[in-house]
Amino acid sequence: MAMKVSLTINGESYAIDCRAGETLLEVLRRLGFKSVKRGCDTGNCGACTILLDNRPVASCIMLAAQAEGYNITTLEGLSASGEISHLQEAFINNGAPQCGFCTPGMLLVAKALLDTKPRPSRQDIRQALAGNICRCSGYVKIVDAIADASKKVEK
Amino acid sequence: MEVKTEKRSALRVVSRRVRKVDGQAIVSGAPHYTMDMVPPGALYAKILRSPHAHARIKRIDKREALKIPGVHLVLTHEDVPRIPFTTAGQNFPEPSPYDTFMLDSKVRFVGDRVAVVVARDEATASRACEVIKVDYEILPAVFDPHEALQPGSPILHDEPDASGIFDATKNLAAHIHVEVGNVEEGFAKADLVFERTYSVHYVQHVSMEPHVCFAHLDENSRVVIVTATQVPFHVRRIVARVNQVPIARVRVIKPRIGGGFGGKQEIVLEDLCAHIALRTGRPVVMELTRQEEFFSTRTRHPQFVTMKTGVMRDGTIVANQMKVVANTGAYGAHALTVQSNTGSKTLPLYRSPNIRYIADVAYTNLPIAGAFRGYGAPQGYFALGSLMDEIAHELGMDPLELRRKNLVRPGDEDPIATKLGEGKEGFKRVIRTCGIEQCIEVAGKEFLKRKVKSIERPFERKRRAVGFALAMHGTGIAGDDMGGATIKVNDDGSFNLLVGATDLGTGSDTILAQMAAEVLGVDVADILVYSSDTDYTPFDVGAYASSTTYVSGTAVVRAAEKVRERLRDVAAHLLSEEPENIEFRDGFFIGPDDRRIHVKQAALKSFYGEQKQQIVESASFITFECPPPFSATFVEVEIDMDTGALRVIDAASAVDLGRAINPTLAEGQIIGSVAMAIGYALYEEMKFSPGGRMLNASLMDYKIPMAADLPDIKAYLVETDEPTGPFGVKSVGEICMDNVAPAIANAVFNATGVRLRELPFTPEKVLKALKEAGY
Repeated sequence: MAMKVSLTINGESYAIDCRAGETLLEVLRRLGFKSVKRGCDTGNCGACTILLDNRPVASCIMLAAQAEGYNITTLEGLSASGEISHLQEAFINNGAPQCGFCTPGMLLVAKALLDTKPRPSRQDIRQALAGNICRCSGYVKIVDAIADASKKVEK
Repeated sequence: MEVKTEKRSALRVVSRRVRKVDGQAIVSGAPHYTMDMVPPGALYAKILRSPHAHARIKRIDKREALKIPGVHLVLTHEDVPRIPFTTAGQNFPEPSPYDTFMLDSKVRFVGDRVAVVVARDEATASRACEVIKVDYEILPAVFDPHEALQPGSPILHDEPDASGIFDATKNLAAHIHVEVGNVEEGFAKADLVFERTYSVHYVQHVSMEPHVCFAHLDENSRVVIVTATQVPFHVRRIVARVNQVPIARVRVIKPRIGGGFGGKQEIVLEDLCAHIALRTGRPVVMELTRQEEFFSTRTRHPQFVTMKTGVMRDGTIVANQMKVVANTGAYGAHALTVQSNTGSKTLPLYRSPNIRYIADVAYTNLPIAGAFRGYGAPQGYFALGSLMDEIAHELGMDPLELRRKNLVRPGDEDPIATKLGEGKEGFKRVIRTCGIEQCIEVAGKEFLKRKVKSIERPFERKRRAVGFALAMHGTGIAGDDMGGATIKVNDDGSFNLLVGATDLGTGSDTILAQMAAEVLGVDVADILVYSSDTDYTPFDVGAYASSTTYVSGTAVVRAAEKVRERLRDVAAHLLSEEPENIEFRDGFFIGPDDRRIHVKQAALKSFYGEQKQQIVESASFITFECPPPFSATFVEVEIDMDTGALRVIDAASAVDLGRAINPTLAEGQIIGSVAMAIGYALYEEMKFSPGGRMLNASLMDYKIPMAADLPDIKAYLVETDEPTGPFGVKSVGEICMDNVAPAIANAVFNATGVRLRELPFTPEKVLKALKEAGY
């Protein structure tokens, strides 16, 4: 059973045919937003994190139909102009990504945090990352990167 | 944070915090992982898995499944070649038993392969799996390695065509016995003999990207496998053999990998995936779910480790014995070699004239153990690192002093390296560099000052204390690990660096580019790295055994030096000088009269000057040395005496890694492995039902350390400039997996006087131990 869902992805409007039961993760990947990763299908790892009206959400446990009318941001949307943001720059400079599979989700969570709390403490950052697993880094350099990016926001 | 050495100033690119060459792609979300590249129209293959721990398949009825629209094919053991092999991605001939088949008529654990469905999509394949009818003859199963080794136990591998099993009739996948000196005489001479048994459990790698691959036939009917693997060349060889096609008909491409940690040093899907592509001519994809990832890929070997150590009153060790009973699960992938490393990586840390190492590796009807960061050493070090503190306590000695009395020193010959190599006799190893003292100093400085608060305030609910442990590890496998590199000059003075080395998120593409750039006098941006494509890159054993920086790095340096020689000839010609009169400095070829040609100019002239040529050079390297890195890890723990909850509130680890090619990436390896080891020590654990079914196969129920659970782990780099390594490197990727669990156990003892000898230290276990101790 197909249904039509209208939503906005990275500022562009879409009217999508999707199957009943299809998750937002599946639809986004099908549309080519490959930065959204499948890591667990249970909403526990955070690799599939997207921003839903600027709030981080696990797209693997959300039906595409539930996204009707929402604004969705994926990592592709952060560098849509072709230039990466200072947050992304800070991730590279601080050596935050290792394998990179969690990085899209981490970056979106960090963006949502800095948008609502421009000067987070390290503890704030660690709490914000509570839904995102990184198996490589031990998180220190990810926290460093977000703290670093927050200093540049101030300026 | 790093310890400065003098020579650093001479280096331009190496030893610098260069940005990862793939950093921009990662933070932009580029579609560079296997699953991002699946060709449209690919079929989806899903494995039907055994619900029983041990059973013979009497009959499989696939008719209902084949009736479902969109189902193309159902394959069982009757449909595929029966060729025994090992899934372990190791050098040929693999030291692991050939006890595995693409599909078999017997299943040996809950989750074992029964059949595979090929359908138009995942949902259809899953539905078809549900309607396949399988008649099983259920066999008695065995789950405990000690029981499995007893006479009368159910035999897992009764198939006549398996080979390389130590004794299949005893479920004994592998057996190791090594003696140095005379241990019994040593024990007799000792003032005190300590004997303790420690146990370590089942854990899984949980790389964020699951195992995934796709295969298709190219225009020449060759099968191209794109796969998240650490061992592309081993995949090519093994897949070719089990599918009875020549190696020349197989191409393996490793795209970006979402973490491996040893779990992808294994053929988990590629044999079947290639088979289906060859059979159907259609592209086909296989991707494991997180649930399958847990119970059907590989795990760390659970072990019971019994240490027996004889010491003199002054703390001198006179005899050291380690006996291991390990569980390899249903198949023997890495059974011999992981358990070889449990002894060979750990026992040389402390001098002893008499050493004995014995390991029995048992088959059981549980998930398959395999390679996992540390490769047997974390198990051994949990025992050794705990026992050292136990002995110190009994002798009334400072645990650091006890260790210092016995620690290996530069110039020592590794006592067991020659007797115990990678599942066979090894090679002589002399310790040339050893920075363990500096490691203790820099990592321990802050910690050793801290008092045990529980001593002052015994009635406080939360107690804190510091603990530490040491480790040495290896760098590559002696006489076995070979890596190749090819460098091709381009006309703008950029260079293609082709390596078989496998970056699995570790940053090896970056550090290999740094080494090439350093030798060639250019920037990292001028080095275009292409790694791990069996058609285009030279051979490399792959990313395992902490080998890449040292082994593949040496190959890169040698190839770059050859290219530089060739470019020097070009420059010499341009300067009308003899090549030997030309010096190379800061990217310039400089003649005796100070006339100079930049390397990029020489590159251009190599194409368009008088002597037109394509300069391309290759080199490869094999090591017989395996210089060990060293590490000291300090932790501070907090124990809730009412609940048993245990937290690591501070941790620091220092590694003598020879030299860091990229300090940022090296620190990332240290911090990441400490975090992983904290998870191993405190809460990660695969749990099984009495029938062998994994009970917590989801990230909801299997706890991974999260950002809020961990302290700001500190990493210190100690540089000792190993003379045999390129730019002085040894290794860094695995060692901190080794000493965290014993450091935590020692901290718990220091806080409470309670000794924990069984991992993981869950609140239940801690509380029980506290109660037993009278708290």
